[in-house]
Amino acid sequence: MNIDDKRKVKIGLAEMLKGGVIMDVTNAEQAKIAEDAGAAAVMALERVPADIRKDGGVARMADPRKIEEIKQAVTIPVMAKCRIGHFAEAQILQAMEVDFIDESEVLTPADEANHVEKDQFTVPFVCGCRNLGEALRRIGEGAAMIRTKGEAGSGNIVEAVRHMRLVHGSIKRLTVLTPEELMAEAKELRAPFELVKWVAKNGKLPVPNFAAGGIATPADASLMMQLGAESVFVGSGIFKSEDPAPRARAIVQATTHYLDFGKLAEISKGLGEAMVGLEIRDIPENELLQVR
Amino acid sequence: MARTTTIGVLALQGAFDLHRKALARLGVDYRLVKTAADFAVVDALIIPGGETTTMRWFLKNENLTDDLVRFVNEKPVMGTCAGMILLAKKVAGDIVDDGLGVIDIDVRRNAYGRQVHSHTGEGRIDLGEGPRSFPMVFIRAPRIERVGRDVQILGTCDDEPTMVAAGNVLVMSFHPELSGSDAVHEYFIQTFVKQFDSELPRTPAGGISQ
Repeated sequence: MNIDDKRKVKIGLAEMLKGGVIMDVTNAEQAKIAEDAGAAAVMALERVPADIRKDGGVARMADPRKIEEIKQAVTIPVMAKCRIGHFAEAQILQAMEVDFIDESEVLTPADEANHVEKDQFTVPFVCGCRNLGEALRRIGEGAAMIRTKGEAGSGNIVEAVRHMRLVHGSIKRLTVLTPEELMAEAKELRAPFELVKWVAKNGKLPVPNFAAGGIATPADASLMMQLGAESVFVGSGIFKSEDPAPRARAIVQATTHYLDFGKLAEISKGLGEAMVGLEIRDIPENELLQVR
Repeated sequence: MARTTTIGVLALQGAFDLHRKALARLGVDYRLVKTAADFAVVDALIIPGGETTTMRWFLKNENLTDDLVRFVNEKPVMGTCAGMILLAKKVAGDIVDDGLGVIDIDVRRNAYGRQVHSHTGEGRIDLGEGPRSFPMVFIRAPRIERVGRDVQILGTCDDEPTMVAAGNVLVMSFHPELSGSDAVHEYFIQTFVKQFDSELPRTPAGGISQ
């Protein structure tokens, strides 16, 4: 396959995942709970972000045996996280035939200057972003899907909202700039010029744009979908809540029926305690995951 | 006065947005279908690709299976990838199950393996104007393993059937919505939806002899 066909196939899977919920799981049992609750894919990782935040230490790619067990347990696509810039972890995950790799700020970065050169891989990548420039840099490296970073493991939606609004605000701005203003804007965004021109012309990102980082309730999912997310990732929000299965089901339904407010009221009833959230201002600057 | 024909796109999960855009480009009325009430106001249905497991979950948990079965037994329906799996008779692979049996084919889910085996291919289709090449995109794709006697083969890739039709049902293992061409959607509208509207005989035009 040439590079265009390879990209088409990678972005194709991202298109297939739209409107579905991708859930963080740490073992086969959780993966099964996620699949039975209607998840469209699972994300295999060693610890959910809330625990990474709590325990500290270096967070790495999950144990390949765990990933293997998760792959055995479900028929839906299995994603896994690698550290930013850790192309060897990515190569191992590709050899294991995971369906998607999340080059994720939730894990401890392996390279503070460079991300993985994603076009070289057959497996598609998703990357986090806080703004349009970051999104376009990742797409320039070959990401087939973009998600907001939000603030993982916080149970607080405020950062994901900020990032989604920033991305869409900047896209809107590009569509009204004149052609001669685009180069300066590309410089401002620190984004590849060709991609800036593409977004200015099409008014959207060239890959699907999902929400992640702080989604804990069906209402959070609806909020992000209404802000323009094409689907949602739920990390700690499910397995750090009081009763994971009903909450997982409710978030799946909320993502599909995000504009049916009567239904949202119905499915939000009696889900038990959501995960305990964190006030972003109370997180020390050096413990924020999104700045990675 | 007859109302305009509206084509529904099942939008529980999956690539429904790309199908909606194809219909918009072709200038036909469309509506996303998410509830039982939506089925009542559409004249035809496209079931997109996506996760079969998730779509089935919605059909079961939101009690939509009966509405869908009633609809696809009567009205024009097009299914791509996961949509084809839902409409098939027998499903093999990582899930062994019966589909809705609306078209007499057996399929194997994820027949080529996981995402790293997703691929493109130069297929051939015959939409009534003679065989021609058509770019086909396969994403964690199913394979059509058995084609019933009354099922017509309209598309192939590497000598395997990839698009088949019978009666009111058109299904394919590839993704026409990712091909950069609206030819398959247009064919569905012209040959299935319009023909059905005027109650002409429902044998699709075209076909590739085996």
